[in-house]
Amino acid sequence: MPSKEDILDLYFMDARCKLIDIAAFLDRVDRHDGNTDFRFDGFHKALEAMQNPGDKPRAQAVLEALSDHSEEPIPKATIQGAFGAPQLNTEN
Amino acid sequence: MPYIEPHAHMVSRTTADYEAMAIAGCEVICEPAFWAGFDRSSPQGFHDYYRQLTEYEPARAAKFGIKHYCWLCINPKEAEDAGFAREVMAIIPEFIDAPTVLGIGEIGLNKNTVSELAIFEEHVEIAKKYDLPILIHTPHLEDKLKGTKLILDALKNANVDPARVIIDHVEEHTAGLVLDAGFWAGMTLYPESKCTPARAIDMLENFGMENIWMNSACDWGISDPLAVPKCIQEMKKRQITRELVEKVVYDNPAQFLSQSKNFSIDG
Repeated sequence: MPSKEDILDLYFMDARCKLIDIAAFLDRVDRHDGNTDFRFDGFHKALEAMQNPGDKPRAQAVLEALSDHSEEPIPKATIQGAFGAPQLNTEN
Repeated sequence: MPYIEPHAHMVSRTTADYEAMAIAGCEVICEPAFWAGFDRSSPQGFHDYYRQLTEYEPARAAKFGIKHYCWLCINPKEAEDAGFAREVMAIIPEFIDAPTVLGIGEIGLNKNTVSELAIFEEHVEIAKKYDLPILIHTPHLEDKLKGTKLILDALKNANVDPARVIIDHVEEHTAGLVLDAGFWAGMTLYPESKCTPARAIDMLENFGMENIWMNSACDWGISDPLAVPKCIQEMKKRQITRELVEKVVYDNPAQFLSQSKNFSIDG
């Protein structure tokens, strides 16, 4: 098994790059006109889950923050794709 | 290193991709029936698709020394119209005895609708009737967790043998649910919407190397037919032994797929 230092050697620069990309994405949204939607709310919720995952691994906490937690099948599909974050009216 | 690509949509890929996969060590490709990027307008369109899967693609793969197998179904994205889906499902028995058919798949859910769930359950009954293994697609992104739970409940109600079912596209929030229930799990190396090689290896570290495989699910979207060999390279960087790498990319898929009477590595 690789050590913590090995993992840093393998992934630090990649993670650093992605972290700065996230910061720049948030700045970019702030800088532009118009309104955000449920995706941006979900993104912030996921960031919070990453910082405070409780007893879960961070990746799992982030994925769950970006998941629909309703339990019953919906009557009919209105789209074929997915947005990446749950819409408020589908959350329990 | 020799590997099995257990989930690739080669009807959407070029012949150059077959060549590149062969050079990278691919010996077997398994192709689940899925969405072609647009909705087909008639059951006849699926008849042609099943012929492509059972006749044309095995011949195209063989030119590069690759064995090609397939799974049959109507995918959940086209299952919203249950009447149409049932017309397509009526065609499946015509192809089920083809020598390269492995089982029923990739069935599952897309938007977690009532109709999708009904058609999923009817596909499971076809698999039981013909004693075939099952390959399951779990929904994308925000729909995956809910869809995985609905699928697990439906499989429990159908009383299927979990050892003969693989639930694909697991991520960190669903892998434990699938494996703890005794099913096989598939990890998909797909840009943006599924998991990266680094995360797939994290899941192997966290959930173990039993009853799990990895695939590219390369299709008509932005995807990589060489995702599995690239992950093999990543596993080497992570100091995973050659024996364990071979287990994940060759032995495990061979073990699961060997439950299909048509699957053979040799010959």
